[in-house]
Amino acid sequence: MQYNHPRTERILTTQRVIIASLGCLALLILVFGRLVWLQIIEHDRFVTASERNRLQVVPVAPPRGLIRDRQGILLADNRPELRLVMIPEESAELTTVLDAIDKRIGLTGDERAQFYNRLQSRRRPYDQVVVKTQLSDQDAAIIAVEGHRFPELQFDATPRREYSFGHLTAHAVGYLGRINSNELQNVPETRYAATDVYGKLGVERAHELTLHGNVGLERVEANARGRIMRVMSRDDPTPGTDLTIHLDIGLQAKAYEILNGRRGAIVAMDPKTGGILALVSQPTFDANQFTRGISSSAYQVLQSDLDLPLFNRALQGQYPPGSTIKPMLGLVGLDLGVVKWSDRIQDPGFFQLPGMERRYRDWKRWGHGTVDLAKAVIESCDTYFYEMAVESGIDRLSPAMGLFGFGQTVGQDVLGDGSGVLPSRAWKRAQHRQAWFPGETVIAGIGQGYWTTTPIQLAMATTALANRGTLMAPQFVQGLDPVSRTIDLATPADWERMAREMERVLHSPGGTAAGAGKDAAYRMAGKTGTAQVAGLGQDEEYDAENTPEHLRDHALFVGFAPATEPSLVLAIILENAGSGGSQAAPVFRAMSDYWVLERQQGTLPPDMAWVRRIDAQLQRVDDQ
Amino acid sequence: MRALTDRSAGQIESFRPKRFSARYGIDPFLLVLLVALMGLGLAILYSASGQNTEMVIRQGIHCLVGFAAMIALTFVRRDIIYQLTPIIFTVAALLLLSVLLFGTGAKGAQRWLDLPGLPRFQPSELMKLALPAMVAWWLTRHPLPPRPLDVLIAFIMVALPVGLIAIQPDLGTSILIAASGFFVLFLAGLSWKLLGSLVALGLAALPVLWTVMHDYQRRRVMTLFDPTSDPLGAGWNTMQAMTALGSGGVDGKGFMAGTQAQLKFLPESHTDFIVAVIGEEFGFVGMAILITLYALILGRALVLTARADHSFGRLLSGSITLTFFIYVFVNIGMVSGILPVVGVPLPLVSYGGTSVVSLLIGFGLLMAMQRSNRVLSGE
Repeated sequence: MQYNHPRTERILTTQRVIIASLGCLALLILVFGRLVWLQIIEHDRFVTASERNRLQVVPVAPPRGLIRDRQGILLADNRPELRLVMIPEESAELTTVLDAIDKRIGLTGDERAQFYNRLQSRRRPYDQVVVKTQLSDQDAAIIAVEGHRFPELQFDATPRREYSFGHLTAHAVGYLGRINSNELQNVPETRYAATDVYGKLGVERAHELTLHGNVGLERVEANARGRIMRVMSRDDPTPGTDLTIHLDIGLQAKAYEILNGRRGAIVAMDPKTGGILALVSQPTFDANQFTRGISSSAYQVLQSDLDLPLFNRALQGQYPPGSTIKPMLGLVGLDLGVVKWSDRIQDPGFFQLPGMERRYRDWKRWGHGTVDLAKAVIESCDTYFYEMAVESGIDRLSPAMGLFGFGQTVGQDVLGDGSGVLPSRAWKRAQHRQAWFPGETVIAGIGQGYWTTTPIQLAMATTALANRGTLMAPQFVQGLDPVSRTIDLATPADWERMAREMERVLHSPGGTAAGAGKDAAYRMAGKTGTAQVAGLGQDEEYDAENTPEHLRDHALFVGFAPATEPSLVLAIILENAGSGGSQAAPVFRAMSDYWVLERQQGTLPPDMAWVRRIDAQLQRVDDQ
Repeated sequence: MRALTDRSAGQIESFRPKRFSARYGIDPFLLVLLVALMGLGLAILYSASGQNTEMVIRQGIHCLVGFAAMIALTFVRRDIIYQLTPIIFTVAALLLLSVLLFGTGAKGAQRWLDLPGLPRFQPSELMKLALPAMVAWWLTRHPLPPRPLDVLIAFIMVALPVGLIAIQPDLGTSILIAASGFFVLFLAGLSWKLLGSLVALGLAALPVLWTVMHDYQRRRVMTLFDPTSDPLGAGWNTMQAMTALGSGGVDGKGFMAGTQAQLKFLPESHTDFIVAVIGEEFGFVGMAILITLYALILGRALVLTARADHSFGRLLSGSITLTFFIYVFVNIGMVSGILPVVGVPLPLVSYGGTSVVSLLIGFGLLMAMQRSNRVLSGE
C-alpha cells in the first residue's frame, strides 16, 4: 500500500471532489425546483386531485315499498340478507378460496358458475362480486372466524325482496329481477343510481316508481380499494311508498286449492271497485327464486316446462270466450232491436245460412226445441245466437261488444295483458287481408271463430252484468280512482232481467250449471262456456276421449255472487278440461261459497295457516 | 506524512492525531446527522405503514444492526480493508454469478441468494461497496491520474458486475453500481477528454438500451413524459406520488393525516415512495428539512473524503458519498416525477434491512478511511 500521496494527487482528487459537490448542488437545486413547482405552484391542482381520490359520493338505495293485501297481510317484504362477497383483485387464488368456502359452508356447482358469470360481466376493479347468497348466521360465523385467512372475503347485508307467498302471488304481484339496460333507460337515472333490481311483472312492475322511492346520497371517504373508511355526511333516501292492493290472499289460495294442479286461470274482481281480488294462473312458480338470484339451471327448468309456468294465463292467455259472452250478446241483440224477450225460434239442432249447405250445429244434437232468449241463455242454445248474430250483422255486433272491453287491453295498472280479438270486418282485413265471410258472423254469435279474450277481459266484461250496466276496469292497487264505463241500453231493465236469467243458469233445472248451483244457501249468477280449441268438420263429432289433451275443449265460466248486490265477479278458464258446466262451474261454486259463506263476502280474515299450507303445496318438485 | 512531520519525535502523545475522527475513525458530526435521519425515517415509517409498530421496531433493529456494523468497521485498520478488497470483490462477483445460476426470484427477477446458515441476501448489495473499493484499489496502485491501460482495466471491472446485475434483471441497481465505479474514476482524475467521450457514448447507447429494456421498464420511462398516458397502470404510482407531494403544500396535512398515504392511494408508501408521505404530511417544509439533512450528510462526507490522507481512502469515500447522494436524488426524482420509476429506496428512510445495513457499512468504511496513518503504518 502506498501511503505516499504526492501533493498533485491530493490536489487532483480535491478538485474533483469540489466539482462533484457542484454537480450535487445542481441536482439539489433541480429537486428543490421540482418541489416548489409541485408543492407551492401547482398545490391547488393536486389538492383537488387528492380530494377527488378521497371523497366519493355514494348513492344509497331507498327501501322499497311493501305490498299488502286488502286485509293488510304482508305479501312483499324487504328482509336483510347476508351475502358473502369477494374482491377478486385482492385474491391470489380464486379457486383455492372457493374450495375453502365449499369445504366450510358448501358451494354448489351452480353457485360457482354464477360467481364466474358475475366475475366476467362488466365491473369496476375492486368491485365486490357475490359468492354466496342467503348465508345463515352460522355460515357467516364459520367464515368470519377464519376471516384473517381470507382478506378478500367480506359480508354484505342488503335487503332482499321476500314474497310471503311466493307461489300464490307470483303472477299477480310479480317479482323483482336484475335491472337491465332497457329498463334503466326508462327510469330517471339518478333515482336508480343505487338500485340494481326492477319490478319485472305484475304490481311490482306497474308501480315500480312508486314502490322504488328516491335515492339517498352519502359522502364518504374511501380508500384506494374503494372501501369506505368514514361517512362524512348523508342525505337519507326517500323510502318507496307502501301499497295495499285489492288482492285477497285467501281467495287467491282458494283458487289454487280448487285448481289443484289443473292448468288454467282465474280472475276475481270486486264489481263495486274493479279491484282485482284474485289473479291466478296455474301452474305458477316461486317469485322468491328470482329475488334470490335464480340459477340458470332452475331458470331453464321453468322455461322449458311444457306447461309454461312463467306464462301468465290470466293476463296473456287468449282463449275463445265461447258461450260465456252469450248474455252480453243477448243484451246487444235486445238493444239493437233484433230480438225481444218474447221472441221464439224453433231449434232443429243446427243453423243454416239462407241458400247455403253448411250446417252450424248446436252443442245439443237434437236441438233445444222452442227457444226464447231466456232459455237460450239458461241452456246455452247455440242456434238462437247463430240466428241473432246473423240478423244483427258483424258490423253492429262488433262495436257493441267492444263496449264490454273486448279487443283491447284492460289498462290501468294491469300491464302486459293481451288484447284478445274482437272480430270485425276491419280487423280481418288488417290481419288477414281477406273479406269477411257471412259464416264467420254465425260462429261469432257463440264466441268462437276469431274471438279470443283474456280471462281478465272476461272478468271485466262480467262486472257490467253484475253491476247492471256499469263496467268496472280492473285495478290492482287500492286508492286509485275507480275507472268505470256505463253501458246504456235502450231498455235499462234488460240488465236486471239478464242477471236473473244468469241466476237460472245455476238455479233452474235446465241450467247448464244447475249441478254446480245445487243446494246453494244463496243465489249466484253466471254463464258457462265450452270453447273449441280445434275446429271440427261438417259432420265430425267432438269426442273428448279420442282427442289429444292439448286439443280438448277449454272449460269456461263467468259469474258473480251473490246474484243480488254481488261482491265477487269471477272469470274461470280450465285449459283442455272439457265442458264449462261440468268443470268450470264447480270451481265457480267453490270460490263463491268460500267468499260469500266462509269469508262473509270478505269481511272475515282468511285462515293463514291454511294459506301458508297451500303456498307450500305449490312448491314444485324441481324447486329447491 | 503530515502527522509525522508536524510533530516532534519522542512525544508519544503527539503521534496521536488531534481530530477525533482521525483518532477513532468515528466522526461525531456525521454520526449525529445519520442518527437524526434514521429517527425521522422511523417516525415517517410509523405513519406510512399505517401505525404498524411491529414494522417500525423491525426497521429500528435494522438500523441498530447497521449502526453496530458501521461502528465496528471504524475499528478495522484501513490497510486490512485495502488488502481484502480484491478478495471481497472476487467473492462478490462469484456470488453474483451463482445468483444467476441458483438464485431465487421475486417479482420475476432473480436477485436473491439463499445460502445455508446465512440470511437471504442480494449479492448485488455487497457489490455496491466491493466494486468502488476494487476500482479504487486498482487505480491507486500507480500514481494518479490513472494511465489509459488502468482506466481500460477499471472499465472491465465495472462492466463485469454491472452486466451480471443487469441481466437479473435489476436495471436500477446496475446503473447505480456502474455510477459508483464511474465516481471512483472521476475522482481519480479521469481526463475530461475521456469523460466527454464517455458521455457521448452513453447518449449514443440510449437507443440500444431502449431496445434491450423490458416492456415494463419502457412503460415506466414513457409515463415519465406523460403520467396520464396509463393512469391505472405504470403511471398510477407517479401520479399518486405527485398528488401526495403536491397536495401536501407548504406545511403538509399533518402527521398521520395524509389522505393519499393513509387511504392507500400511494403505492409502496413504506418503501420506495416513502418520501411522498413526508411531502404529503409535512409539506414543503418537511421536504426541505429532509433534503437539508441529506445535503449536510453529503457535505460532511465530502469534507471527510477530502480529509482522508491517502488516495485509496479518498476515492472510496468519495464514491460511497456520491453514490449515496445519487440514491437520494434518484429516489426523490422518481417520486416527484422527474425520473422514471426504478426500484431505488430512499437511503436510511425506506423500510428494508439490506439497504440500511449496506448503507451504514458504507459510512463505516468512509469513517474507517479517516483513521490516521500513524496507527496504520505501525512506524
